Amino acid sequence: MSDFEALDRFLQTDPRDVGCDRAMAVLHIYVDLAAAGEEAASRYPGVAAHLRACGPCGEDFAGLLLAVTGG
Amino acid sequence: MEPARVPVAELDRESAVWLSRLATRSGERQAAERELHARLVRIASAEVRRRSASTPVTGQELDDVAHQAAADAMIAILAKLGDFRGESRFITWAYRFVILEVSAKLGRHYWRNPPVALDARQWERLPDRFGLDPVRHAESAAMLAEVRRVVKDELTEHQRRVFVAIVVDGIPLDALAAKLGLRRNAIYKVIFDARRKIRQALVANGYLDEAGVEQR
Repeated sequence: MSDFEALDRFLQTDPRDVGCDRAMAVLHIYVDLAAAGEEAASRYPGVAAHLRACGPCGEDFAGLLLAVTGG
Repeated sequence: MEPARVPVAELDRESAVWLSRLATRSGERQAAERELHARLVRIASAEVRRRSASTPVTGQELDDVAHQAAADAMIAILAKLGDFRGESRFITWAYRFVILEVSAKLGRHYWRNPPVALDARQWERLPDRFGLDPVRHAESAAMLAEVRRVVKDELTEHQRRVFVAIVVDGIPLDALAAKLGLRRNAIYKVIFDARRKIRQALVANGYLDEAGVEQR
């Protein structure tokens, strides 16, 4: 079954996933928490679930985090 | 532009200074706008470089995207200053605009020189995307055939077109959204529902465990 791990991981959906619009609406808050080393994922589990599953929103998160941390 | 309202939450000093400078009617406001715009250009330029490996947009066009993104973000920020609630640092709130502009613009620019046409239907590339080898493993071949059957027989025409474009042909989600005139969220929801439907079929036919890899 491990051969299918990548496909299985892609196909799995998380019912907590809030979708792109709601995740992007709080992205700045989520990023500030993450940049401060606080538990952004536990404060916003639905956003965390979305960022794990959505490539474009995950990229926006990575880009904004990098921007504010001066990377 | 409406002057910034006093935020409800208590602001950090840097955010308070930004809001104060941008709300004033003196030359200080123009200086603040120039400084903010310069920062947006720097962030947008860094962001397009960071994403350059995953977009067909290159060279001068990439620089143009960065400058356009910074200009459009600046307009949006000034128009929405009154919406800033102090829930994050001001600069994080402002940078979010430029990051999202970069994403949207790279999606639109994708179609100027697309490496894959819409509706190319490159099913032969699907095994590589998921690290499967249908030639060596009969089970992989059977599973991929089942995925293709579900896509053909159980998805709606719209779901099928979106799934094939994103998952089979590898077209970036923002590029497809731009092409179809839809929001990113609308495309994501279609893919989300398709993923769930395909997985249900694979579980029902014994190819995948109900629990999934995360629960093992």
